[in-house]
Amino acid sequence: MSPLHERIQEYLPLLVTGLWQTVAVTLLSLVLASTLGLVWALMRSSGTRWLSLPARYMVEFLRGIPILVVLFYIYFVMPELGLDLSAFQAGVVGLALTYSCYIGETFRGGIEAVDRGQVEAAKSIGMKHGKMMRRIVLPQAVRIALPPYGNNMVMLLKDSSQVSVISVAELTMQGKMLASSTFDNMTVFTMVAALYLCLTIPLNMLMRHVELRMGAAS
Amino acid sequence: MIRFENVHKSFGRHEVLRGIDAEVDKGQVMCLIGASGSGKSTMLRCVNGLEDYQSGRISIDGETVDAHAASIHAIRTRVAMVFQRFNLFPHMTALQNVMEGPIHVLGENRDEVRARAQEHLRRVGLADKMDFYPSALSGGQQQRVAIARALAMRPDAILLDEPTSALDPEMVGEVLSVLRDLAQERMTMLIVTHEIQFAREVADGVIFLDQGRIAERGSADDVLSRPTHARTQEFLRRVTHPV
Repeated sequence: MSPLHERIQEYLPLLVTGLWQTVAVTLLSLVLASTLGLVWALMRSSGTRWLSLPARYMVEFLRGIPILVVLFYIYFVMPELGLDLSAFQAGVVGLALTYSCYIGETFRGGIEAVDRGQVEAAKSIGMKHGKMMRRIVLPQAVRIALPPYGNNMVMLLKDSSQVSVISVAELTMQGKMLASSTFDNMTVFTMVAALYLCLTIPLNMLMRHVELRMGAAS
Repeated sequence: MIRFENVHKSFGRHEVLRGIDAEVDKGQVMCLIGASGSGKSTMLRCVNGLEDYQSGRISIDGETVDAHAASIHAIRTRVAMVFQRFNLFPHMTALQNVMEGPIHVLGENRDEVRARAQEHLRRVGLADKMDFYPSALSGGQQQRVAIARALAMRPDAILLDEPTSALDPEMVGEVLSVLRDLAQERMTMLIVTHEIQFAREVADGVIFLDQGRIAERGSADDVLSRPTHARTQEFLRRVTHPV
């Protein structure tokens, strides 16, 4: 076997292409999941039954299914129903749907943790629900929901490895292929783990920084 | 201008207001007193629809208050409210708190609103605290910002729910003195309070609530100095001579 540094140099380009796929899958599904999560949270805290109930059932339904099954369903079953998605698209949609529930619950927790008195004060100056949410409740809810939202982000990043099961060539998938063709499991998977840490550690540091700054402003 | 006609209100099976009839005239200061749980805060909160009521009618200048109707938003812009716990918006400075309603609810011009808000804050003695966040202000200062926030809406009346109850004793005076000024300017106010001395000074009328009913009412002097109802006498004895 060639020396370690040569093997690392040999494996790295392939793993880095996987890394970019991981970043792409994570960012796209994060944006989608956050948007959808905000929709669930706003529906659930709307105070209107025909908005809050569907959102509640949707969240409970999606949360009750493992990510892998959601991914299989979207990638293998949906084409039979006429929706043909690429592995990458199916991966993003599956992660986004599943995480929209976690993130939605995080947002809802933030919204509900805002002091009742804030809602009353906003109402008492004549604010309607939408404006009250936008100007009074959400700015405070964001601050409360930020730490758990940061956790959601890191979890999503790590769970993006699950899309390898539907053959999205992200970091974990590239690692598996490389390991099975070289039998150099130790080097390959150590590199894979290190590359994930290159993403998660800065992400955690960023979240801490943002939290501190927001905390200081209040 | 604020009128209660046979108002009933229950929380579940518990009836909190049992047929309230009362009226607050324009320019009048009416104080609501009574033991905790007597329904005085609820009575106040029904006026701007923070609570609904089951029967009877509350009206403001003839317009019925219905907490579930679309008209409630417009009514709330005319009847401002000051809370026991101030409820300032913590992510806004004092000035922004005062400007919020006129700009984002009434849609008024930002520069005019700013000038007016600064004037209101000066009046309540906070000229040097305008750019402070609520967390950097004392309770008394926060409550004065809350009063300025109410005034900035140019309301026809202000509802005050125990405005000094959450304050440290040494801060009660500064808030009461602002309210005294308002009373002198004939601002219509309905005040839930335990400050009997203050009520005696500024109130045109006092209502004593007992278990959801008006047990006694009249001029401040009559109710507070010569109460006729046994419950009023007992209540006043307890609040003026605490054990």
